[in-house]
Amino acid sequence: MATAPHKPRLAVFKFSSCDGCQLSLLDCEDELLEVAGAVDIAYFPEATRGDLHGTYDLALVEGSITTTHDAARIHQVRRQSRRLVTIGACATAGGIQALRNFKDVNEFIRVVYARPEYIDTLATSTPISQHIKVDFELRGCPINKKQLLEVINACVAGRQPNTPPHSVCHECKLRGTTCVMVSSGTACLGPVTHAGCGAVCPAYNRGCYGCFGPMETPNTASLSRSLRAFGLSEDALQRLYRTFNPEAKPFRAESERHGA
Amino acid sequence: MQDQSPSIIAQDGLAALIAALQKQGYRVMAPTRHDAAIVYDEIAGINDLPAGWTDQQDGGTYRLLRRDDAALFGYVAAPQSWKRFLHAPLAQLWQLENSGEGTRISDASAPQDRLALLGVRACELQAIAVQDRVLLQGPYTDRQYQARRQGAFIVAVNCGQAGGTCFCVSMHGGPKAKAGYDLALTELLGEEHAFLVEVGSERGADLLAGLPHRPATAVETARAEAIIAHTAASMGRTMPSDDVRELLLGNLEHKQWDDVAERCLTCGNCTLVCPTCFCTTVWDETSLSGEHTERWRRWDSCFTVDFSYLHGGSVRTSAQSRYRQWITHKLANWVDQFGTSGCVGCGRCITWCPVGIDITAEVRAIRESPAAPGVKET
Repeated sequence: MATAPHKPRLAVFKFSSCDGCQLSLLDCEDELLEVAGAVDIAYFPEATRGDLHGTYDLALVEGSITTTHDAARIHQVRRQSRRLVTIGACATAGGIQALRNFKDVNEFIRVVYARPEYIDTLATSTPISQHIKVDFELRGCPINKKQLLEVINACVAGRQPNTPPHSVCHECKLRGTTCVMVSSGTACLGPVTHAGCGAVCPAYNRGCYGCFGPMETPNTASLSRSLRAFGLSEDALQRLYRTFNPEAKPFRAESERHGA
Repeated sequence: MQDQSPSIIAQDGLAALIAALQKQGYRVMAPTRHDAAIVYDEIAGINDLPAGWTDQQDGGTYRLLRRDDAALFGYVAAPQSWKRFLHAPLAQLWQLENSGEGTRISDASAPQDRLALLGVRACELQAIAVQDRVLLQGPYTDRQYQARRQGAFIVAVNCGQAGGTCFCVSMHGGPKAKAGYDLALTELLGEEHAFLVEVGSERGADLLAGLPHRPATAVETARAEAIIAHTAASMGRTMPSDDVRELLLGNLEHKQWDDVAERCLTCGNCTLVCPTCFCTTVWDETSLSGEHTERWRRWDSCFTVDFSYLHGGSVRTSAQSRYRQWITHKLANWVDQFGTSGCVGCGRCITWCPVGIDITAEVRAIRESPAAPGVKET
């Protein structure tokens, strides 16, 4: 064979997040050596000591923008990266911390911190795509490691990742889980939520919490009508849409239609 | 074959039937209780059947309830049909090895295990016949379906009651099994808990011959017929179907499509639980080294945006167009394509729609206010 072409350089960047999504990469135990063989892991502070500077072929960005410093830093990351992929609900939709967007953040700071003057934060938590151009968004809180491998794989092969944007219901049906909404009246966001987790919660008799954010064409208004008939209060309905992806537009809009 | 006069087996006969199938190497798949539903799954013996349980079904709701008897088949259609076993939700089609010496493609092997399906209802037999037409009798044969289908032994059960969303009578499919089975049972409750057995094939007759059985009396045969007649008379839903093709195709711009789109979640549940929906999508999984590739297939749904993705985009972006595509294919274009309706009246799409959209009610709404063809009402 001819000389191997240069391996794509991979970088992992962290913004406001819990690190769970980048840990998914380390969690790929069986596949990690293959990943390291296919790409040059050039920048990954959580896993490696060495920093390689320069440009990256694939940047995985975890976390949302919650500080002025990060709002500037993300532009630098974009300049250094040929292909930039956000990983997880924080980077893609602002994450749990976007709950601040519905409240006065200064009030939180006053209540929580002994010395509020040490805290420098923005009033909102926003997805990466509100700040720079993003090439691909991988959903989930946390992301699914198989889907992460698919994204890396697609990037190496120069094709589109295969991460279907239909409802979680497809995944329940594929694995043979009986619908918890129909069979026991359990509130479930599955019909309006993006697939990718493999429908974990309904398999354990829990409704879907919407970790992967809205599916391609979510009809939240119709789902809410049914859930109200199950006995969910307006307050409970609002909370249902405000968990892991409260800033995702369809969930945000639906949550604003409910509440005390 | 079907004119052979019916026999009677008791519960020990049914237990022996299951054991005989297992002895012949079949995995016996049958209704069994799992969590809050009666699902089809592999059973070890008669004790795995849901004795004394029933279900209550309506639009968007299914509840498991206790019966006041020990009926083994006292419920109606399960959440998912036998399609799960015959037309698998997920299957590998082939794999490719790409080494220094070249490229080698090998077919994924067709399933080798033989299944006995016990408790197949008339609507489900009709659905299997519909899928046979699509997957076996067209210009292309689906080899994985063929392997499963040809190996399958079918024990039908005539329904002793109708469910809230059943309408097999409207679709001319039930509730009595007419063809496509090896044996058909009608459960007789009362002093003697027994099953009237009808033979539908040579191998069915052979199997019955080895079981403890006796000829049915005229009274027992009449009782079985009365049970089925009672079921037929108590369907939870009706849908006049003989003119439905013309009705739908004459109302492609009816305002009802907007109405249903307002409720439809485009989640795809109706198509996935439908025993005749056969659409699949394929994708390739590649190893990072590029040396190994696998082609996979899974159930797909016309309710996804990607389903109608052509060059440059999807042609059915609205919920209106996707619901209309499903129902007009199922009830109208299917007839042109395959010679029968795609609907068998099992009611699953009604029960398992999370918001209870009812195919019979949508057709009725269009029937009751037909618009002029091609004219959209405002």
